[in-house]
Amino acid sequence: MRILIRGGRVIDPGQGLDDLREVLIEDGRVKDLTVPGQEGGFAAGSLVIKAQGLIVTPGLIDMHVHLREPGEEYKETISSGAAAAAAGGFTAVAAMPNTNPINDNRSVTEFILSQAREAGSARVWPIAAMTKGSLGQELCEYGDLAEAGAVAVSDDGRPVSNAQMMRRVLEYTKVFDLRAISHAEELALSAGGAMNEGVTSTGLGLTGIPAAAEETAIFREVCLAGLTGAPVHIAHVSTAGSVDIIRQAKAGGIPVTAETAPHYFSLTEEAVRGYRTEAKMNPPLRTRRDLMAVRAGLADGTIDAIASDHAPHSVLEKEIEFDQAAFGVVGLETSLPLALNLFREGILSLAQIVTVLSLNPAKILGVPGGSLGRGQDADVTIIDLDRQWKVEASRFKSKGRNTPFEGLAMTGQAVLTMVQGLVIHNLLP
Amino acid sequence: MELRHKDLLGIEYLSPEEITLILDTAENFKEVSEREIKKVPTLRGKTIILFFYEPSTRTRTSFEVAAKRLSADTFNLSASTSSMVKGETLIDTARNLEAMNPDAIIIRHSSSGAPHLLAGRLKSSVINAGDGAHAHPSQALLDMLTMREVKGRLEGLKVAIIGDIAHSRVARSNMIGLSKMGARVRVAGPPSMMPPGLEQYGAKVFIRPEPALEDADVIMMLRLQLERQTGRTFPGIREYAKVFGLNRERVSLAGPEVIIMHPGPMNRGVEIAPEVADGPENVILDQVTNGVAVRMALLYLFIGGGQRE
Repeated sequence: MRILIRGGRVIDPGQGLDDLREVLIEDGRVKDLTVPGQEGGFAAGSLVIKAQGLIVTPGLIDMHVHLREPGEEYKETISSGAAAAAAGGFTAVAAMPNTNPINDNRSVTEFILSQAREAGSARVWPIAAMTKGSLGQELCEYGDLAEAGAVAVSDDGRPVSNAQMMRRVLEYTKVFDLRAISHAEELALSAGGAMNEGVTSTGLGLTGIPAAAEETAIFREVCLAGLTGAPVHIAHVSTAGSVDIIRQAKAGGIPVTAETAPHYFSLTEEAVRGYRTEAKMNPPLRTRRDLMAVRAGLADGTIDAIASDHAPHSVLEKEIEFDQAAFGVVGLETSLPLALNLFREGILSLAQIVTVLSLNPAKILGVPGGSLGRGQDADVTIIDLDRQWKVEASRFKSKGRNTPFEGLAMTGQAVLTMVQGLVIHNLLP
Repeated sequence: MELRHKDLLGIEYLSPEEITLILDTAENFKEVSEREIKKVPTLRGKTIILFFYEPSTRTRTSFEVAAKRLSADTFNLSASTSSMVKGETLIDTARNLEAMNPDAIIIRHSSSGAPHLLAGRLKSSVINAGDGAHAHPSQALLDMLTMREVKGRLEGLKVAIIGDIAHSRVARSNMIGLSKMGARVRVAGPPSMMPPGLEQYGAKVFIRPEPALEDADVIMMLRLQLERQTGRTFPGIREYAKVFGLNRERVSLAGPEVIIMHPGPMNRGVEIAPEVADGPENVILDQVTNGVAVRMALLYLFIGGGQRE
C-alpha cells in the first residue's frame, strides 16, 4: 500500500524542516520526503492525498487525557476517546491511570492496550499509577507495567503528598527510564476549593484554590528532581509563579519538563461567572496575568508541551451545584485550534506548535513519533489553517460535552489524521 | 418604576434605583403589620414554595409571615422532607416543584450559586434566601431599610462590618448593596477570615477592629461559626472576644449616634459582649421587624402587581 501526500507544506521541527515536500508512504512507514517533482514514479499506483495549501506535520500527541475506561464508560470509552483524538488531529494520546480499577497493574495496562487495538483509531499509550491505588503509600511494579506497555507513571488527580514517597518514586523510575508526571498540588492548601482564589471567588462566595497550592508542590518536585537526578514532568501548569519556578529550575540544570492545557492560555477565572461548571477544572482557570505568563512560558520553551487534560464528565457530574460538580473539561477536539490561535496572535511559530504538540511529547514519553524521518511509522496530521468552524459539543466524537468553548468560532482544524498509513479522520473532499 | 427581573439572585444585580424602590415599598408595607387584621389580599391566589435546603428559622419564618400577610399560599420543603435525601438532584427536585405551578420559589442552599442553577431552568421567580457564602439579598435589604430608617439616609454612612467575612453571605451582600447606595463600608477581621480582593467590592479593609470602628455610624457584627472555625481561623473564643469582640470600650470609638446590628443568631460573649448586645444602640429586633416588611415588598414586586410583564 502506497500513499503520496502531495503539495503540502511539511513542518517537521525534529528535522528542521519547514518547506513544500511530497510525503511518500509505503507499508505504513515514511519512505521519503522529496522536493516536489522529484518523487519519481511514486504517484503511480499510490493513493494520492492532495494537500495543496495545507500543513503536513508529524502526528500530534496529546500526552495527558482521561479515557475513563475501565470503570466509567458512561463518560468515555477508549474507543470514543480515540475517535475524539483522531478528530482533533491526534495520532496518539497518553491515558492517565485514574480509571476504576486504577491502572496500577499489568492486567489493566494490557486491557487498555487491547481496547485501543480493537478501536483501531488513535494510538493509546497507557500511563501507570505511581503508587498502588494512587494512595501514595506503596510503589507500583514499574518493571512489570513498563513491560506490559506503560510509558510513564503518574498519580494524576491524587498527588503523592509525602515527599519521601515522591523521592522514592523518582528514584525508582530511573531503573526503567519511565517519566514521572506530577500533578503538582499541595492538597492541604487546595482543600475544599472550587475555583481560583482571588477577586472572582470572593464575589461568587466560592472557596478558592490559591496559586500557591500549585507552586509549592512544583517547588517540591523541582527540589526532588535535583536531589535524585530523575527527570520529572509537571502536568497542567496554570500559574505565573509555576512558570517562573520551572524556568529557573531549567536554567539551573534540573531535569524538569512541563505541559500546559489550552484552557490556561485561552480563558481566565472570569469564565466561571454564572457558576458555569463547564469552566470548572483542576487546577482552576486563573487570572489574566497567569494566562500571559503561560503564553510566555510556551514561547520561550519553559513549557515543553500542550496537553488537553481531556476530562469527560456526564451531566450527572456537571449539571449540579458548582461546589459539588466534578473538575474537568473535554479538550481533544478543541486543543489544536486553540493552539493555532497562539500562532495567529504571533506568540508561537507553527514550528513551535508542532514542537509542543508532537515532537516534545514523543521525547518526554519516549514513544515513537514526533517526526517524519525516513523509516518512521507514518503517523501524520494534515491541518487546514484557515478552516472556519464552530464548537458544537453535540457533534463531538467524545462522549463528554463539558467544554467551556461551546459556540466559539474557531479558525483552523485537522482535516486528516493518519496512523501507520491508515486514515482515521478525514474531512478532505 | 418597576423591577425588570424574573429572579432575585444577588444584590449585585439590582441598581440603586431598584434598591430604593424595594426599600420604599417595604416602608409602605410596614403599616400592614401594625394593623389589627394583619392581612391584605395583594397576593391572593399566588403560590409560594419555601425550599430550604439548609436549616433556617429566622429567614424562613420571616418569608412565610410576609407571604401570608399578603394572602399568598405557602408551602414548605426542607432538605429532610424532600427527595434530595434520596439522591434526587437539585434540578430534578425543582422541576417537580415547578410542575405544581408556583409563582415563586424561595430557596436557601449551602452551595453558592444554587439559585442560579434553578433560575436558568425554571419559569417561576427564584428568590435567593441565602446561598453558601455568596449572597443573602433580603438580609442586606432589611439591614439597609433599618439603617435608612434610623439615620434618614444611606449615602455617606460609615458602616463597619466586623468578623468572619470569608464565610459570610450577609457581609458580601451588605458590602455590595451599601457601596451601591453610597455608604462607606469598612470591614475588619483576622486575615484568616478575609477573602482576597474586597477593595474591588467597595470595602476598605482593616485587620484590627479599632480603626474600622472609628467614627462609625453603623456597626455590624458577624456571627462566628464556632463549630467550624475554632482552632483553624482563630485560636479560641477567649482570644477572639478579646481582640475582635465588640465591647463597651470599642463601641466608644464609634460616632455618638452609632447603631449596632447583628444578622443573628448572636454568640453572646464571643463577637458581641452581653452588655453591648443589650445596650441602647442595639437595633437587632428592628432588623427582624423590617425583615418581614422587606420580604413583603420583594414578593409584591417580583410576583405581585407592578412588576415585569
